[in-house]
Amino acid sequence: MTAAALRVQGARKAFGGLVAVNDMSFEVREGELFGLIGPNGSGKTTMLNLISGALKPDAGEIALSGTLISGMPAHKIARAGVARTFQLVRMLPSMDAERNVMAGAVFGHRRLWGEQAREAAHQLLALVGLRGREHVPVAAMTYIDQKRVELARALASDPRVLLLDEWLAGLNPSELNIGIELIARLSEQGRTIIMVEHVMDAIRSLCGRCVVMNSGRKIKEGEVEEVLSDPEVVEAYLGDDDDA
Amino acid sequence: MRLSRDEVWTGIIGAVAVAAAATLPLFDQGYYLAIALNMVLYAALCTAWTLFSGPTHYVSLATAAFFGLGTYAVGLGLDYMPFPALVLIGGAVAAILAGLVGAATLRISGVYFVIFTFGLAELVRQIVSYLQVKLSASMGLYVFTDFTEKHIYWMLLALTVVVFVTGWLINRSRLGFAMQIIGNDETVARHSGIDTARLKIVLFMISGGFIGMAGAILAPRYSYVEPPAAFNPMISFLVVIMALLGGTRRLWGPLVGVIPFTIVMDIVSVRFPNDTSIVIGIAFLVIVYLLPDGITGRLEQLWAHSRKARPEPEPVPVEERA
Repeated sequence: MTAAALRVQGARKAFGGLVAVNDMSFEVREGELFGLIGPNGSGKTTMLNLISGALKPDAGEIALSGTLISGMPAHKIARAGVARTFQLVRMLPSMDAERNVMAGAVFGHRRLWGEQAREAAHQLLALVGLRGREHVPVAAMTYIDQKRVELARALASDPRVLLLDEWLAGLNPSELNIGIELIARLSEQGRTIIMVEHVMDAIRSLCGRCVVMNSGRKIKEGEVEEVLSDPEVVEAYLGDDDDA
Repeated sequence: MRLSRDEVWTGIIGAVAVAAAATLPLFDQGYYLAIALNMVLYAALCTAWTLFSGPTHYVSLATAAFFGLGTYAVGLGLDYMPFPALVLIGGAVAAILAGLVGAATLRISGVYFVIFTFGLAELVRQIVSYLQVKLSASMGLYVFTDFTEKHIYWMLLALTVVVFVTGWLINRSRLGFAMQIIGNDETVARHSGIDTARLKIVLFMISGGFIGMAGAILAPRYSYVEPPAAFNPMISFLVVIMALLGGTRRLWGPLVGVIPFTIVMDIVSVRFPNDTSIVIGIAFLVIVYLLPDGITGRLEQLWAHSRKARPEPEPVPVEERA
């Protein structure tokens, strides 16, 4: 049996008295497109931050292909093969698209340099639909194009696991279709992806399995269709009047 | 190593400029050499300062500490060791101090770093003053060498060239690219696999080391070295002002600030010897308000405005794959 691409076991993170992530456990298989969903404030982004090393878990273990990564600093986790995008797109504003993407190729999992890194950047910019715009300063780009650059940068490190934090948020309907198509293509290429998402249509059409969080805890894990029709999940999303 | 045409031309122009500057002592050994010596001194200091502070945007006021340690290395060791060895030792001691400061402070944010480095420079000055009096019962050290101003000038010019070449090599390297990314967004840098803390410390050490070497080379200019002069906080301030005036985005940016400011400072210190700090204060305010990116940054903006923005090609949809 091969180790899961990513295994989270009993992860916990508290901010003062607020337990943002509480005893979370799940496994993501190699090549899987895995959804991490839940209502606002349920701890999804915190969970991603624990995986990528932006935060250190108070308890629990996170392993990448069997290697323990929890507790490592973010740059080591990145080199081990975890790449991410951010909820609010983060650019390197003084640079053009090419150099933004090269950042991932040069310092991430692959550690390319020079012409190889440039070539990798060009290929990925073409993949995300920005061919011919390599030398446009990212500061002059539209929101969706910046998101494409950010995705290409994450991919440039050739990560074992790609974390997408609401990558589809803020896109208009036609952009949304392009975005979903793009993620589907990455998945077809065999990428292991964990996506935090609010857009339920995207989760339905893209993900095989997902885990649902509420108040920092896992309330359901399994096939998407099955999970989304679960009464407890529906209640979590629609809210419970009595408790409010 | 491949060079672009721009780089070749910059190299040629730079070599010619350095060669021309090197002949100056043949024409004048008095006033103009003294001013030119100040220029190369601050060219070396400001460029070394910018190696670190340019890409990271951390404003260091520890320049005087590194500089003074270099000066003191020469003052203490001159009887025992050859001068070139002392320059290297001065640089090494400064680099070690920079490493310690970096390890202690570069994880904290910019404002604290400014205050910490300023406090550190003062602390080092006080400690050296204390030890000076305590251990030798005199206020300073004698530095007697056969060097005249022109030798010091040539050595500083050579150091400036070394700083420039180092900066250029860094800019071409992974380290330089990493520093640009850190300067843009440190979070992205970390999540891209960059060990931000370590690289900042390395760069601060390189920068501090060169400043220490400049201090060591300048020591023979004063035949008597005292802590208040060697660790003069004004050195730290002048370096920041000149570097910001020129602009810290380019390697040669600070140079553009050093040349006019050295001349202005010379005039001011002759005409208004008691009010130089007022002039420096005003100059600092004016530069920060009117030229936040320095002269070179402003020129680049004007240049960009004067050219019409090229039309961008239409975005291509997601690549179709067979």
